[in-house]
Amino acid sequence: MIELLLSSGIGVLTAGGVWLCLRRRTFDVVLGLTLLSYAVNLFIFAMGRVRVGALPILRPGAAPTLEHYTDPLPQALVLTAIVIGFAMTALLLALSLKGRFARGEDTCDDAPPPPEEYPR
Amino acid sequence: MLAAIVLAPFVASALVAALPSGARRTAAAVAGTTMLAIVLMTLSGGPEMAAGRVLRESVPWLPGVPFGFRMDGLAFAFALLVGAIGVLIVLYAHYYLGGDDPAPRFFAMLLAFTGAMLGIVLADNLVLLVVFWELTSITSFLLIGYWQHREDARAGARMALAITGGGGLCLLAGVLLVGHIAGGYGLDRVLASGDAIRAHPLYVPALVLVLLGAFTKSAQVPFQFWLPHAMAAPTPVSAFLHSATMVKAGVFLLARLHPALAGSDEWFWLVTMTGLATLAFGAWVAIFQHDLKGLLAYSTISHLGLITMLFGLNARLAVVAGVFHILNHATFKASLFMAAGIVDHESGTRDMRRLGGLWAFMPITATLAMVAAGAMAGVPLLNGFLSKEMFLAETLALEVAGLARVLIPVAATAATAFSVAYSVRFIHDVFFNGRPKGLDHAPHEPPRFMRVPVEVLVVVCVAVGVFPEAVIGPLLRIAATPAVGGALPPFSLALWHGFNLPLAMSAAALAVGAALYFALQRFADLHAFRAVLLPGKRVFEALQSGLVVTSRLLVRGLPFLRLPGMVSWIVVVAIAAAAFPLLRHGWGFETAVARAGAQASPSALVVASAVWGLGVAATLVAVLNYRRRLVALVAIGAVGLAVSLAFAVLSAPDLALTQLLVEVVTIILMMVVLYYLPPQSPPESARWRQWTDGALALMAGAGVAAICYAVLTRGIEPIAPFFLERALTEGGGTNVVNVILVDFRGFDTLGEITVLGTAGLVVYALLARFRVPASFRPPVGDGAFNPLLLQAVTRLVLPFAVLVSLFLLLRGHNLPGGGFIAGLVLAAALVLTRVAGVGPKPDARRMPWQLWVGLGLVVACVTGGASIVLGYPFLTSTFGHPVLPVVGEVPLASAALFDVGVFLAVVGATLLAVMVPGLLRAREPA
Repeated sequence: MIELLLSSGIGVLTAGGVWLCLRRRTFDVVLGLTLLSYAVNLFIFAMGRVRVGALPILRPGAAPTLEHYTDPLPQALVLTAIVIGFAMTALLLALSLKGRFARGEDTCDDAPPPPEEYPR
Repeated sequence: MLAAIVLAPFVASALVAALPSGARRTAAAVAGTTMLAIVLMTLSGGPEMAAGRVLRESVPWLPGVPFGFRMDGLAFAFALLVGAIGVLIVLYAHYYLGGDDPAPRFFAMLLAFTGAMLGIVLADNLVLLVVFWELTSITSFLLIGYWQHREDARAGARMALAITGGGGLCLLAGVLLVGHIAGGYGLDRVLASGDAIRAHPLYVPALVLVLLGAFTKSAQVPFQFWLPHAMAAPTPVSAFLHSATMVKAGVFLLARLHPALAGSDEWFWLVTMTGLATLAFGAWVAIFQHDLKGLLAYSTISHLGLITMLFGLNARLAVVAGVFHILNHATFKASLFMAAGIVDHESGTRDMRRLGGLWAFMPITATLAMVAAGAMAGVPLLNGFLSKEMFLAETLALEVAGLARVLIPVAATAATAFSVAYSVRFIHDVFFNGRPKGLDHAPHEPPRFMRVPVEVLVVVCVAVGVFPEAVIGPLLRIAATPAVGGALPPFSLALWHGFNLPLAMSAAALAVGAALYFALQRFADLHAFRAVLLPGKRVFEALQSGLVVTSRLLVRGLPFLRLPGMVSWIVVVAIAAAAFPLLRHGWGFETAVARAGAQASPSALVVASAVWGLGVAATLVAVLNYRRRLVALVAIGAVGLAVSLAFAVLSAPDLALTQLLVEVVTIILMMVVLYYLPPQSPPESARWRQWTDGALALMAGAGVAAICYAVLTRGIEPIAPFFLERALTEGGGTNVVNVILVDFRGFDTLGEITVLGTAGLVVYALLARFRVPASFRPPVGDGAFNPLLLQAVTRLVLPFAVLVSLFLLLRGHNLPGGGFIAGLVLAAALVLTRVAGVGPKPDARRMPWQLWVGLGLVVACVTGGASIVLGYPFLTSTFGHPVLPVVGEVPLASAALFDVGVFLAVVGATLLAVMVPGLLRAREPA
């Protein structure tokens, strides 16, 4: 049951994220990426299998095995992924802000510069 | 000590680079001292070399490939040459560089280049040799392009990098083949496996690849065209690169690998013919150059061809002659380049059509140049004569069939005559032949010490030429023995070998060459000739522009110019890639495996369902209302909250906390940015796009959900028990997630906080000085509304937040918390003070948070580095449980100090990312 809820939740987040990423405005794309990163983080987290009430905090008296604790490794991976996801979002937002003033619009599908402006 | 020879210039380079750009004297002094130290350190190995021993030094590096250096006679002589010419070049450059040229940058690059060159010479294995080989390509690129403002310098540098760097890649492939055949990359092993290498079926491909590396570096036909363009470099650079270093790396490689690769027919034909073609072509073209440095450039090409040819002859005496000519060419060519630089410096031009009659203005320089040019032409009593005689004798001694037996000596003599012709031109057209035309000012002798390097080298030319056995004999024997790869053949270094055929060829070449030059001047109007070029440069440029045109067409033709198009393709490919194996092999849902859901209590299920409902509903709200951005943003916040709760339900307290805190700062940051963006997305014109996008999104979502479910219902063999068992005993903490982060996978974490810090710094760099245009009108209000209640609460909360943050940091190793979470708590609290408008508004350009990022990284690195000092691998942790008064027993792991570094970096980066966009200032109205 928990598995079904988690999988379908990740699916909904992915679908929403993809749809927003296909929009033409920077802000919408950033929102889409945020949804996608939720989905990806949950997905990686789920790869260690999910447990209820089995915190990966060692307790005296409980043998250090997977019978008593959930898998800590995906948690460590996801923890840094969450923080880095924030850093990337911040970077994209900064770029979209500059782009909006540089071009007067917040679209993200500009035509390329004309050939003579290519760096030679 | 060998490592010191190679690494000293790199260290000095870093030091010099840190000097202010006005510190000309200091920079030159450091560079000169370093070069001198290289010479002395190399010389200290002299007795060992004379005894025929090999010095070795190495530390483990890659598996099977040590970071090691090895000095035999050949390496010894080359290192000496590089260092000695280096000293003179530094002295010369000190006077040559203009007041506007940043001297520290010049010397820093020169030193780095020297280090790379010494690395090639002293590397004890082929892999390390290639590493330094590529380093010389990169540093020479920087040196050639030193005058960055000049288009020709940039183009020349690019061309040199493309050709020599590309050759380096060929060399890498060749070296891998050679190492594969020989069963190892160590030079000792490779040099001893010559027979096995030549007999191997992969010999020819390996040989061709290695030769491509050597030929591109040594500017052999048809790759010669980069060298004349590299003349856009400052003259000291040309004098260094094209006499003792860079281009000599190619022929050094031929000498180095001679025992391993030479001796076959393939070697003979490939190397000899390339060398001969280069020798003749370079010498002929040099005659028609009007630029002094252009003449010297083609002359260099020609002499490199001569050396290459000598190594190709498969004769032991020819190898000795080749090594000898390397040394001779370095001395006279360096002095000629410097003389040309003096002429340019003191008269303002290098164009021989405008120069002439300089003898009257700078007799001393003229004399020096004449002697050096004599050596270049192979005039008796000078060093060039000796090696050229040996060369001619070797072409006669060749044992090849048929016409080549005659043609090779004839071609060699003709090429020698050409080199006489251009040497005569160098002297006659500059120092005699009328008066200078249209110079801005009267030329004069250079500063006293600028001439010293030329004088030293010219003295060497003469000394070697007159007393060869006494001056150069011992060094030549030391240097040539390893290249020959066995006992040296008997030879005598003497001025006079009696009347013989080589002498006659020399004499003929001198006479014909001089006659050719004067005939060209008298009857053919040499000054009116246009330069002769092989198509190499045009082919290179055609390839280059072809690449640009092709990629431009690709960019225009493919649907990748617009982000949505690009993203759709990525999603389509991802769906196809995932669907293919799944449809082919089935989903493999397994329901028999024990699952968490079965163990969960009913109440947990109710909570989980509620969280699911919140997340799904909020996602739908965000997606369906995406055009109303504020609504979508609030909904995204709710989704983040649901994700955080999901982590909490599923036994991941650290993740729940992190997600919650990141959510807070992300939403605040988005709000800030939204202030500057349109509040609504405009409607999209094409309705069909929304349908296709929607279909794609649904397929992606359904696919991910199905894969996730399939994985979750399967068995697993995790590596988790390793971490669970060792977290307490080896990591000293009970919060396994945190122990993994700061201990087991500390290196990962170090990388991640580096990325995080970099992102923060980039935001700072992008926006700290950015001014919002005066024409900008915010869509809502003026942004100055700070509710009083929030201010009051913030003032109360801030001290507690600091305490909570520290508490979470300290306990993180054992209970949920740690550097990431604690850092986010503090950052969120500080962001809140800005939201509430507590305290004065800071200046985005003067915030301390960059320092926090740097400090955090330093703390993390130092903690990790401390374990190296104590003899353990990087980031090994230790722990103890000291008992403090009042507080009691404190579990203290060194990894906790690492966590402090994480904490500082997270606080710094987060605040940079959120605060800087919030503190944008408007441009003053004009």
